[in-house]
Amino acid sequence: MDPYKIREDFPILKRKINDNPLIYFDNAATTQKPKQVIDAINEFYKNHNANVHRGVHTLSQEASELYEDAHEEVAKFINADSMEEIVFVRGTTEAINLVAYAWGLWNLKKGDEVLVTLMEHHSNIVPWELLSRINGFKVKYVDVNDDGTLNYEAFENAISNKTRIVCLPQVSNVTGVVNDVKKIVKMAHEHDSLVLVDGAQSVPHLPVDVKDLDVDFLAFSGHKMLGPTGIGVLYAKREILESMEPFHGGGEMIKDVTFNTVTRRCSISWNDLPWKFEAGTPHICGGVGLMAAVRYLENIGMENVRLHEKMLTGYALRRMQELEKIKIYGPRDASSKCGIIPFGIAGLSSHDVALFLDHYGVMIRSGLHCAQPLHEKFKLKSSARASFYIYNTREEIDRFVEVLKEIE
Amino acid sequence: MGVIEDYVARIEETCGEEKDFIVIFKYERKDEAVTKILRKAKIKKSISRIIFELTFQNFSFRLYGTGKAIFRNLKDKSELKRLLANLLS
Repeated sequence: MDPYKIREDFPILKRKINDNPLIYFDNAATTQKPKQVIDAINEFYKNHNANVHRGVHTLSQEASELYEDAHEEVAKFINADSMEEIVFVRGTTEAINLVAYAWGLWNLKKGDEVLVTLMEHHSNIVPWELLSRINGFKVKYVDVNDDGTLNYEAFENAISNKTRIVCLPQVSNVTGVVNDVKKIVKMAHEHDSLVLVDGAQSVPHLPVDVKDLDVDFLAFSGHKMLGPTGIGVLYAKREILESMEPFHGGGEMIKDVTFNTVTRRCSISWNDLPWKFEAGTPHICGGVGLMAAVRYLENIGMENVRLHEKMLTGYALRRMQELEKIKIYGPRDASSKCGIIPFGIAGLSSHDVALFLDHYGVMIRSGLHCAQPLHEKFKLKSSARASFYIYNTREEIDRFVEVLKEIE
Repeated sequence: MGVIEDYVARIEETCGEEKDFIVIFKYERKDEAVTKILRKAKIKKSISRIIFELTFQNFSFRLYGTGKAIFRNLKDKSELKRLLANLLS
């Protein structure tokens, strides 16, 4: 893949910030959009906009087809069995909440345990903590090693026959560490536990095959993989989705709502998968934009995406270690992580570092990255985080290191 | 608080242990705001004329040439607003 050619597809990368060329290293928060995605959204609103399903007119048929194609494209991208296993949601957070409330609320009880890790994004902690207040089950936290890698031994010790669901990120949004999901899935299934994987930082960056991983749930966001904001995906095995209660109630997710004149109540039957979990008018153009993003990534090839990011991460780690006052958190081996580098500079807060870099047009993130427990584990008040994607280059990393040298 | 509305676009409050306030000045008035603040506050240190470490009424804060400032160890947002009003008036 040629990142210089790819850059031509991204209009925003031509921008200057404070008279400097924009260097966008905040890809773990959200990615920029290629013109193919922008054009797909534009084209939808210009020529095909209508509400989906149960409309007999031409535009509604076109919109329905596009929206269903988007589900098919995503299913193919992660090697799901069919689009029935692909539920469109607002993002990873909503996908996890869907599992918590449509599965957890009905299946978890006092005495049960939900296993999460200390490297979790808050979105894979808070829904379970909230639900445990209702159902009284225990949320158990699995420790991470000092370098930020998952402690598999602690995992093995924590998992038991009380464990009903194991939740973990495939890639940490703070350190970029790639977890061995297959190993955890095997452990969990031996204990008859389900596995929910937060794929927000993995699906955009690695080839992800849900059949090979054998995960029960996979949640990810469109905007972190070149798509628009407000659209995300919950993959779940068909038989699990079939056994689950709906999440939101309303139009689209029902087949029939019939009023019984004797009982004076309505009896309701649910729509087919995946619509049973997509109540109300969905984010149609979001789905269309996500389909364009998936096609863009498929054209590049996810193996190529991974290789490019590995090269950039290795290069950045080497260059950053030339700096005296910098401290890189987490592993320094590019092969065990994705393109995320958390760091700090002695005497400066992460926000100071980010604002200094911003002066030179370099966009990074600062703060806790919605992962406070992991920062507490590292004894950090916050961290600066550079994260890369397909359009980033070695020259941008050189410029980033030059600016960091100036801060030092 | 009219002067704050004149100059300040947004105030971001960070989460976690470091309860910082990040003040972002309006793009079209940021240079004016920076000049006013540099006139009123005492410069402790300047890094490449990009970051200014300043003190004002016994509070330390950092001002950026790009029109942003970080205030730390403040009691709450009303204390920040009082300081900003004094700095920008």
